[in-house]
Amino acid sequence: MSGIVIVDLGTGNLRSVSQAVAHVGGGVRISAEPPVIAAASHLILPGQGALGAWIDRLNANPELRQAVLGRLRHGPVLGICLGLQALYAHSEENGGLPGLGLLEGAVKHFAAAHRRGQANHNGGHGGGIDRLKIPHMGWNRVRHTREHPLWHGIADRSRFYFVHSYFVHGTAPGEVAGECEYGATFTAAAARGNLFATQFHPEKSQQAGLRLLYNFVNWNGA
Amino acid sequence: MTLAKRIIPCLDVDGGRVVKGVRFVDIVDAGDPVEAARRYDAQGADEIAFLDITASSDARDTIVGVVEQVAGEVFIPLTVGGGIRALGDIHQLLRAGADKVSINTAAVARPELISEASAHFGSQCIVVALDAKRRTTGHATGPAWEIYTHGGRTPTGIDAVEWAARMVQLGAGELLVTSMDRDGTRDGFDLALTRGVAEAASVPVIASGGVGTLQHLADGILEGGADAVLAASIFHFGEYSVQQAKRFMAAQGIEVRS
Repeated sequence: MSGIVIVDLGTGNLRSVSQAVAHVGGGVRISAEPPVIAAASHLILPGQGALGAWIDRLNANPELRQAVLGRLRHGPVLGICLGLQALYAHSEENGGLPGLGLLEGAVKHFAAAHRRGQANHNGGHGGGIDRLKIPHMGWNRVRHTREHPLWHGIADRSRFYFVHSYFVHGTAPGEVAGECEYGATFTAAAARGNLFATQFHPEKSQQAGLRLLYNFVNWNGA
Repeated sequence: MTLAKRIIPCLDVDGGRVVKGVRFVDIVDAGDPVEAARRYDAQGADEIAFLDITASSDARDTIVGVVEQVAGEVFIPLTVGGGIRALGDIHQLLRAGADKVSINTAAVARPELISEASAHFGSQCIVVALDAKRRTTGHATGPAWEIYTHGGRTPTGIDAVEWAARMVQLGAGELLVTSMDRDGTRDGFDLALTRGVAEAASVPVIASGGVGTLQHLADGILEGGADAVLAASIFHFGEYSVQQAKRFMAAQGIEVRS
């Protein structure tokens, strides 16, 4: 066993994730080595920026891809941001990207969804600037849509830190663990079996985020 | 909308120490940046910004060290600005634990830096800082502002609102708008400037420069249309806490993270 492992696909602030996990008491390593990933007791799949670049990096290294895909089938896994989006089969990014297809739903862009929504919704933000700022950046409320060990000790509708322009629309109700509102309702957290993944950044979400990471490192994946 | 408006205390750092300039001159030393960041985190700051005002290049490592230390114990977003010129500088700060970098002078000198940086690191971590000053000559359609660089010393002739739109087009994920007329005055934000940029930009806008009261913070949101407000001295000298600012803003109907 190689303990808690953060998969290094060269994107995002991996140091923040590892420091936050270390803070809640987990010995953690950042790695792109297939054997280390395959033997991880807890696997964290982070990622920020462009999903296309992230998927390309995974695909560029077949052994790494195989190790990650194999490890996604058993044992606790936490996806963060792109690590959530990648679990779906299709993303609107760059005119259409194939994802890993483990969960049911799609990845969409806020602007496109907002334009579609406005066609049958007459504005009504009131007060400030009447447009949806993209990226969705800042602290937003997450509603628990099902119970999960990773929500333990975290109040329903707690705020977490988000920064993203694409969002997940999960279509299998049992796989959606939390929802958030920004222009539309989207999947803030997804869960199925040993997989839990968040659109928000627990490593940047102060107390609530640290609690979620603590719950993860103490989770057996069931 | 359930997304909270953000309060961002800013630490101006010179040679590894926190200072606060009044109109960018006449600086008073007042503390350790790690201690200050810890204090703001405990008060419920939504993010923390560091502005490195050290001019010399050998001091670059000092701010990197500060960021590393803060990122090890403060788990909220950190933005670092000042003296960033190349992709290598950005990489170094992000690796140290920064979540976003803010860029002003280098974006004016070479706008492609913004497109390269956002392609490389993602636009979510690229903040463009606009230091703007009201043009004194009359403008037929209302007030206009000019972009300044080098800590407010160098005029560029560039219109601030047009520049904001261009930077977003090139990949800026957020805009930090500072009024050079108001910075350090405690007279409040230049709300017309904030609003002008907020209306022109499709990305979040942070209002900065001139906060002296809690009402100024609320005005930045309610009248300036900003998504976040940044202030240094009112928090730094303990006049107000971030919690007090949030209670004040919530009482005016602004959605904040409590």
